[in-house]
Amino acid sequence: MSEKELIKGNYAVVEAAIDAGCRFYAGYPITPQNEIPEYMSHMMPEAGGTFIQAESELISINLVFGAAAAGARAMTTSSSPGISLMQEGLSYMAGCELPAVIVNVMRGGPGLGNIQPSQADYFQAVKPGHGDYHMITLAPHNLNEMYDYTFGAFDLADRYRNPVIILADGLLGQLMENIELDRTKKPELLNAPKPWALTGARGRHGQRILSLLMQPGVLEKHNFKLKEKWDLITKNEQKFELTNMDSNPDYLIVAFGTVARVAKGTIQKASADGIKVGLFRPITLWPYPSEALKEAAKNVKKVFVFEMSLGQMVEDVKLALGDASKIEFYGRPGGGVPAAGELYEFIKKRVK
Amino acid sequence: MAKERVIYKKPESLTDVPFTYCWGCGHSMAHKLIAEIIDELDMREKVIAVAPVGCAVFAYDFWDFDVTEAAHGRAPVVATAIKRVHPDKFVFCYQGDGDLASIGMAETIHTANRGENISVIFINNTNYGMTGGQMAPTSLISQVTTTSPYGRDVKNAGYPIKMLELLSPLQGVKYLERVKLTDVPSIVKAKKAIKKAFVNQLTNVGFSMVEVLSACPANWKKDPVKANKWIDEEVSEYFPVGKIKDIT
Amino acid sequence: MRKGRIKIDRNRCKGCMLCIDACPKGEIKQGTAINKAGYNVVEFRNNGECNACMLCAISCPDAAIEVIEIIEDVKK
Repeated sequence: MSEKELIKGNYAVVEAAIDAGCRFYAGYPITPQNEIPEYMSHMMPEAGGTFIQAESELISINLVFGAAAAGARAMTTSSSPGISLMQEGLSYMAGCELPAVIVNVMRGGPGLGNIQPSQADYFQAVKPGHGDYHMITLAPHNLNEMYDYTFGAFDLADRYRNPVIILADGLLGQLMENIELDRTKKPELLNAPKPWALTGARGRHGQRILSLLMQPGVLEKHNFKLKEKWDLITKNEQKFELTNMDSNPDYLIVAFGTVARVAKGTIQKASADGIKVGLFRPITLWPYPSEALKEAAKNVKKVFVFEMSLGQMVEDVKLALGDASKIEFYGRPGGGVPAAGELYEFIKKRVK
Repeated sequence: MAKERVIYKKPESLTDVPFTYCWGCGHSMAHKLIAEIIDELDMREKVIAVAPVGCAVFAYDFWDFDVTEAAHGRAPVVATAIKRVHPDKFVFCYQGDGDLASIGMAETIHTANRGENISVIFINNTNYGMTGGQMAPTSLISQVTTTSPYGRDVKNAGYPIKMLELLSPLQGVKYLERVKLTDVPSIVKAKKAIKKAFVNQLTNVGFSMVEVLSACPANWKKDPVKANKWIDEEVSEYFPVGKIKDIT
Repeated sequence: MRKGRIKIDRNRCKGCMLCIDACPKGEIKQGTAINKAGYNVVEFRNNGECNACMLCAISCPDAAIEVIEIIEDVKK
C-alpha cells in the first residue's frame, strides 16, 4: 500500500534508511543536511538502533566503518566539506569491502563555500580518494527518489560489500514535496548472512577485516579482485532516465539531479518553440551509463551538458561519446542554480 | 617414574605465528599478556579487537580472535561502533602513542568523554616505531629521534604529553593506570591492570585505559636489557607508573 | 626443592636475553643456534637447578618458553 506524504528531502532520507533496516547512524552537523541527524536522533532510537552525534566527520565515517565491520546496516550523511573529511574512511571501507550508505547533500565550494545547492562534488564521488577504488553513486532528482535510492542503496551496498553514495544537493535536501511511499517494500538482503562480519570467533579461528596487505603481489591480487567486482557493478547496475526521446529530438541535454529536474522545464519551453530536445539523465553517476548515452546521442546535432559546477560530469560525457565536437557545456558554480529559461536561452543561441 | 606438568605455555589466544616485532619489543609482551588474560577470562570467542596503524597493525597475525584494522588514530571510534552494535561482545582497541596521542587525539578524548564501555591498551614507546623512530608526542625532552636529531626541543615541539593525566578529569573515564614491563614484578602488575580494565568492561563499569611504557630497543638503539633500564630510570620518571584514576 | 625444566620454542625466540637476566639460577645461556628469522636463540643449560619458578617465561616477550614442573614419584 502506498501513501502520500508531504515531506522534506532530508526527512525522506531518514524514512528510507529506517525502512531499509539501517540501525546505525552517525552524523555531524553541517548545513544543508542538518534535518537528517536531527530527525534521525529520535527516529533511530525509536527503531531500536544506535544514533551517535559524532564529534567530527572523521568520527562519523569511522563509526560507520566499525558498525559495518560488526555487520550492521550503517549510514552517515554530510555535506561537501564534511564529505572531504570522510575520504580517508571511504577508501578504507572500499579496501576492506565494507558496505555502508553515505549521503552527500552538496553545497557550494571550494573551501567553506556557501550553503546553496551545488553539484561540484561529482569528481569526489565518482573519482574518489586515494588508491584504486569506486563507489556506486546514485543521483536522485526528486524527493521520491531521495527515498527510493536511499532505500535501495542499502541492498546495493550489501550485495557488493562496497560503500554507496547518494549524491543529492541542498535543493533536494531542503525542498518539500508530496511523495508517494510504498511502505510495503522490503529490503532484499536485510537478513542475508554476513559471514565476513566480526561477531566473535565462536567455534572458529579469529577472522580479520583489513586493507593492509604488505606481502608483495598480495595487494595487487586484492586490487584485481576488487576490479572484478567493479566490472560486475558496471555491467549490472547502470541506470538512467530518458525524457522526450520518442520525439526523435535534434538536441540532447545531459544532466543529473536538480539540473535534470530544471532541464525538464527547458525541454517544454523548447518544444513550445518547435525545438525538439531530449534529456539523458544518468541515475548512476558511477557506474556511468556510457553506452546508453552514446546511443541516445547518436542522431542528435548537439549535446548540451548542464551542471551546477564548472564542468565535471562533462568529462565523462566526452569519454562516453569519444567526440567532443557536438558537446556544449554550461555550468553554474558556487551555489548557482540555473533556471529552465536560462538553460533554454543557452540552447537557443546555439541551434539554427 | 617422575610425572611432568606444563605450568606455563603460550596462551591459546595466540596463533602459532611468531611475533615479527623486534627483539625485546614491548608489543610482544603486551600481546602476550592480553592473550593470557583473554584465556583466563575464557572469552576468546567473544572478543573483537581493533588494531592500530603502527607496528602493532600486524596484531591480527598473532591473536586468534576477531580483529579489524582501523585508520591511523581512529581505533577507539571503530571500537565504539562495534561495541554499540554488539554490547554483549568484548571490544578493545590497541594503540600506539602516535596513533592515540597525536593523529587520534580527538577520537581518544571524545570516546573517553562519552564513557564508551570499551578497553583501550595504549602502548607508549616514546616514538613512531614502524616508520623508523620519528619523534612522537610522548618523546621525552631531549630524546634523540630521527626527526629530533638534536633531542626534543620543547621550544619547537612542546612537552611530552601525559595522556592519562589529560583524560583523568573527564567524567566518563572510570579507570586509568600506567604500567611498565621492565621486570617480573612490573609485568605481573601490568597484567593485573590490563585484567582490571577488561573486567571493567565485562561488568559494564565503562571506559578504561591502561598505558604501557614499552621498550623500543631497535629505535632507541639499545639492547633489550638496557632499554628496560632506560624505562626504569628515565621514561617512568616523566610518566610515573601507577593508578591515575580509579572510580570503578 | 621443586624441580623443573623449560622448553624453548626456537621459532619464537629472538635471543633478546631477557630470560637470562630473569633466571635466578643461571639456567639459561645464549646459544649458538640461529633460527629461521636469523636470531641467535637461547638455550636451557639443564644443570638441575631449575625449580620451575616461571620468571624466565613471564619475562619472555615472545611466549617462547614453556615451563614444565617435574613431580618426583613419592613412593621412591
